[in-house]
Amino acid sequence: MLCDNCKERDAIINLTQVEHDSKVTLHLCEQCAQQKGVETGGAVLKTPLGGFLTALGKGGALVPTPSDGLRCPACGSTLRDFRDSGRLGCDQCYASFDVHLRDLLRRLHGSSQHVGERYQIPGERGDAGDPRSRLLELKAQLRRAVEGENFELAAELRDRIRVLE
Amino acid sequence: MDLSLLPDGGMRWLDAAGPKSTIVLSTRIRLARNVRGIPFSQRAKDEDRTAVFDRVSEAAASSDHLGAAVTFRLDQMERPDRQILHERHLVSKELAGLERESRPRAGAALLVQDQVGVMVNEEDHLRLHGMWSGFDLEDAYAAVEAVDAELGRLVPFAFHPEFGYLTSCPTNAGTGLRASVLIHLPGLVLTKEINKVLQGLAQVGLTFRGLYGEGSEVVGNFFQLSNQTTLGKTEDELIDHLGKIVRQVVEYEEQARDVLLRTAPEEVEDKTWRAYGLLKHARRLSFEEAMNLLSGVRLGVGLGLLPGPGVYTLNKLLIYTQPAHLAAMDGAGRSPGDRELPTVRAAFVRRLLEAEPS
Repeated sequence: MLCDNCKERDAIINLTQVEHDSKVTLHLCEQCAQQKGVETGGAVLKTPLGGFLTALGKGGALVPTPSDGLRCPACGSTLRDFRDSGRLGCDQCYASFDVHLRDLLRRLHGSSQHVGERYQIPGERGDAGDPRSRLLELKAQLRRAVEGENFELAAELRDRIRVLE
Repeated sequence: MDLSLLPDGGMRWLDAAGPKSTIVLSTRIRLARNVRGIPFSQRAKDEDRTAVFDRVSEAAASSDHLGAAVTFRLDQMERPDRQILHERHLVSKELAGLERESRPRAGAALLVQDQVGVMVNEEDHLRLHGMWSGFDLEDAYAAVEAVDAELGRLVPFAFHPEFGYLTSCPTNAGTGLRASVLIHLPGLVLTKEINKVLQGLAQVGLTFRGLYGEGSEVVGNFFQLSNQTTLGKTEDELIDHLGKIVRQVVEYEEQARDVLLRTAPEEVEDKTWRAYGLLKHARRLSFEEAMNLLSGVRLGVGLGLLPGPGVYTLNKLLIYTQPAHLAAMDGAGRSPGDRELPTVRAAFVRRLLEAEPS
């Protein structure tokens, strides 16, 4: 079907408008729809993780970005691989792409700071029981919470730090 | 493979012994974990996956919670058997290799002991899970957490001080926790309040799915409600929040049922008896029709309009009327895709209902 407006390009969007109790449906191409102020998804997020966000239904389209080629030295995955598949290659990818992931995690979860159970890797020197290192860790978390403007968490961390101090 | 190795078929939750079990069928907890230093599923080679399986089964064997676990190597099982495990909600479609044209990955396995288990080489190396009867988040989480703590001491998990437990997909990072309840909401569907409730869920950070989790459709008014986010909150906060909302949804459902009883008592009674009559006498039943009729009967039993069957029987029907179960029970060498399955299903339903008359 051709676009009702320009009669040149293929119509890809059905725009239904209700005026004075009557319904009018226009079949529009992307350009004409944009002129009429319809969000077509063409002018969307140009973040490196746009593709992944699209897949999650959070808007965005596949737009190549300069960070695409960023590669995890441990497994060889690129940021583009992640963008396309939505899956990371290995645990080191979190460190390799941390700037991008922090941003994504905040969008997905509202925070990038884990506050749940702290895991102690077996065989590594346990410091979970040492209040000094716990205090340092909490202070680091507090700093990140303030940077991330997560004030609710910051207040909670501040209280925990007071108790330890 | 011998499924009879599993006491209760791995589905003790069917017994409906848990709290609120006429409305909430089951509570499920899962924790996503990966072995430190081994590529995630997306990037793993067959030898990586085999290494993951070896490490997990070795650790499980020396653990208390999984020391007597039954192991199913999905990569060495025939498709109908894999489908049976999937129909019991013990493995995902992905792990069972049931997606179109797919096969199970090397090292794909399930370990089960009592009500807890581990899927190995799913999207994450380990998916620890437990299913409890009724609405019982606390007990289910405590059990799965105990397995996690024990395995985590024997196998090094991938963990990051800021991002928490690292997962293949960032939607699961942090706690790796997905808590969900399988809930039956015919009252809200019949009073057309369901969309409001489902939209409300999204606003409070929860999500809903169909009977089989991600990507599955809603049939028979059964919904799975679960947390959407996994990071930035503690495990207890996530569970408390889900619990609070589910309690509210259960209350709404009970109110909707009261409204139905007050405003249309005869219609509701008629609907549930018709559903019961059809289940009891039909000669052919599709799975979807059976689910919808079971929904009507379950509502009638919950409202006291039907004297029986018991919730245990209704739960069993939910599982055993699925294609792979029927094909296996029928014993006539049928496949789960057999054209005569609707006849087999109707006969099975009649038999079970006659054994427990209303």
